Amino acid sequence: MRIGIDVGGTNTDAVILEGDRVVAACKSPTTEDVSSGISAALSTVLGESGVAASAIDAVMIGTTHFTNAVIERRRLLQVAAVRIGLPATRGVPPMTDWPGDLADVLGRHCYMLRGGHEFDGREIAPLDEAGLLDVAREIKAKGLRSAAITSVFSPVTAVMELRAAEILREECPGIALSLSHEIGRVGFLERENAAIMNACLADLSTKVVDSFRSALRHKGISAPFFISQNDGTLMTPEHVESYPVLTFASGPTNSMRGAARLAAIGDAMVVDIGGTTSDVGMLMQGFPRESAVAVDIGGVRTNFRMPDVLAIGLGGGSLVRDGGARIGPDSVGYEIMKKALVFGGDTLTTTDIVVAAGMADIGDRARVANIPAETIATALDTIHRMVDEAVDRMKTSADKLPVILVGGGAVLVSCDLPSASEVIRPENSGVANAIGAAIAQVGGEVDRIYAMEGRARDEVLDEAKAEASANAVVAGAIEGSVKIMDIEEVPLAYLPGSATRIRVKAVGDLAMKGAEA
Amino acid sequence: MKLNSQDLADLAVGAAFLGTGGGGDPYIGRQMVQLCLDEGLSVELVDPDDLDDDAFVIPTAMMGAPTVLVEKLPSGLEAIHSLQRLEKRIGRKATHTMPIEIGGINSTIPLLVGARLGLPIVDGDGMGRAFPELQMETFGVYGVSGSPMAVSNEWGDCALIEATDNKMMEWLSRGVAIRMGGAAYIAEYSMSGADVKRTAVPRTLTLAIQVGRVLREAKAQHVNPFEALLGFLPTTLYSYATIIYTGKITDMQRETKNGFSIGRARIEGSGAYDNVMEIEIQNENLIARVGGVVKAIVPDLICIMDSETAEPITTEGLRYGQRVTVISVSVPEIMRSPEALAVFGPACFGLDEPYTRIEDLTA
Repeated sequence: MRIGIDVGGTNTDAVILEGDRVVAACKSPTTEDVSSGISAALSTVLGESGVAASAIDAVMIGTTHFTNAVIERRRLLQVAAVRIGLPATRGVPPMTDWPGDLADVLGRHCYMLRGGHEFDGREIAPLDEAGLLDVAREIKAKGLRSAAITSVFSPVTAVMELRAAEILREECPGIALSLSHEIGRVGFLERENAAIMNACLADLSTKVVDSFRSALRHKGISAPFFISQNDGTLMTPEHVESYPVLTFASGPTNSMRGAARLAAIGDAMVVDIGGTTSDVGMLMQGFPRESAVAVDIGGVRTNFRMPDVLAIGLGGGSLVRDGGARIGPDSVGYEIMKKALVFGGDTLTTTDIVVAAGMADIGDRARVANIPAETIATALDTIHRMVDEAVDRMKTSADKLPVILVGGGAVLVSCDLPSASEVIRPENSGVANAIGAAIAQVGGEVDRIYAMEGRARDEVLDEAKAEASANAVVAGAIEGSVKIMDIEEVPLAYLPGSATRIRVKAVGDLAMKGAEA
Repeated sequence: MKLNSQDLADLAVGAAFLGTGGGGDPYIGRQMVQLCLDEGLSVELVDPDDLDDDAFVIPTAMMGAPTVLVEKLPSGLEAIHSLQRLEKRIGRKATHTMPIEIGGINSTIPLLVGARLGLPIVDGDGMGRAFPELQMETFGVYGVSGSPMAVSNEWGDCALIEATDNKMMEWLSRGVAIRMGGAAYIAEYSMSGADVKRTAVPRTLTLAIQVGRVLREAKAQHVNPFEALLGFLPTTLYSYATIIYTGKITDMQRETKNGFSIGRARIEGSGAYDNVMEIEIQNENLIARVGGVVKAIVPDLICIMDSETAEPITTEGLRYGQRVTVISVSVPEIMRSPEALAVFGPACFGLDEPYTRIEDLTA
């Protein structure tokens, strides 16, 4: 059996799965320390089902913790952004296109040094080691504890990033280092942005992974645990400590894959209504449609592969104003248990509206008896209109598709939607995220520049696919379950030879020590 | 006309549209120009009609692989250095700079040069879209020599090329650009104001800005962006625009041959389109066929756009499963003469089909 846990900004959900069957599921509030919320959720599912901790084969955790930290600009470290590439790259300095407030929080410590490589591995300039020593001294003087190192064409050759890391580690013992070639792909600014964001999360990642670890130990669970990353595959805790940025946007992937599994449907629209926002996306053959354009996270441009989701400011904790005509985008978030009217608070939220309307039984209904009927009707109308518009925007054709409602706030939508062929509210839809985490797969990747001249395209692709599949098996996938998830070929135009960058991702089901697969 | 930040954002979208799949993402160029605006520098456009006949215009650009540009960002001084090197060689100061290519990144490089040097930028270009080679210029078609040409890198290394014709200039400079790391920054086709008026595709910078604005405003007002675009283009020199296909990308083949990114996109039709469209790509979208029948052909524009967001999709951005709408647009008459077609017509890309105007293909 396996446990899936989703740690959201508002709720921590847990499920126990045996194959496809949900043995137990629960939802409890996310706590400030993360760990006690997980413990509480684990106690509930284990207690409810009577499953022994020793019967658990693996635990998969999805978390929005790191994304939220960046979006909210909270608990972030100041970062030394070290760029290696002068005299090239000076035209667009680090953090140029960042939102000002986020750049301020990170301290705008930008350093540009000589070095970097050309596409074919030649040096642009030798690494400026003397300059790097000056940077190291300044890092020490400023007391910075984390640095991001990005060198031109490091995905082709990483030697300068590695050498720079060696120097900084020597000069600034204990410094956390984020090397861009381990995080991103070709596309300098996007990779540098990801490395800088990763660096600002260095403290938080250790704390969060520790709290996961201690919560599990506390419950007597000794099975291995994994954390899901943005493409829906799993990472080890050690990997997350070093690369928290790779968990970005894993939430939408998990909830959409969970929704597909719950509804047993492959092509549909998914609306995941949380406490603060709703994510709307499209499922194609059980996987989320990916975004084709650069993805902004907290206002920063990245090139992560992510599901194409539209987030709207509607959730169970969204504030209701103007007699129900205006909803969100602000929310009471995880403080809903204190602030919503039904819980004895003084803030009118969407949850209060659905309780007052008799559509849900949450908290103390008597406390919302005084909400005018007109406000209730207007607010419900606003909620449905917001969801319907978002679904309509994310559809790729005018054809009506089924809409699967998931997430803790799914109760907000009670009527039909004009843009939907049908509205599906699967059982356990409140914990789709956790189910998505529990069914997450193991990935293997190949990302290399191939010389295509004189070779058949299919032959080269087959070679890359076989290698990616083998890597997935090494990472723990069951051999027969491995499938190719994504192939990307980027020919390097205007260059001699037929150099093509090929990236293949393979995924498979995680091998369990028990009988179940 | 002085450009502001919103104009730059709109230009990036319009330039991607006019790039017909090629020309590279204008994002990096836009960032460099935005930094100029942030520093208080101004980006000033001049209409070709307002140019003195004896003005001295040196166009500037980037040449090479967009895949290199997105990784090896420029220092921002390369194209300026090329322009100044050419001034020195010719013995005359430039009064203006201008784009050689409106599609993609090259719509932005002259704005950077103009802002930094305080030179106004002529509102027009020599391709009217994006093309893969430097001889494919209306400037050259109507008699302006590309040489002397300067090619610079981030170190200030500079090669001065004096070729006997524009095709040889392209060949020699391409070799230099590869030695410079696959992307280099150039100044070429220096000419008088009178030559600009005679040989340039006019007002393409403002056209690109307007295309971006039309798409942005349509989305903000929840109006169908395709209808808005097809309503706007007839008021310009690109007077005939039509949707030639709508569907889903079901295969995307790519390979590199002789330094070109060759590809073929297969689009399975939806709605009224119940067949398969194939688009042949050589950096840019060259020809669209359905069942072997030509639906649009170079130099008319073939633009693949996201059906849902109306974002133009570049060749590198095409992926399986995308829902796309294909639009074809007539190019200005200056690009359709026999002389022009001899330089950038279908035969110049190895296509067997003769050029047929999009108006005639859809009539």
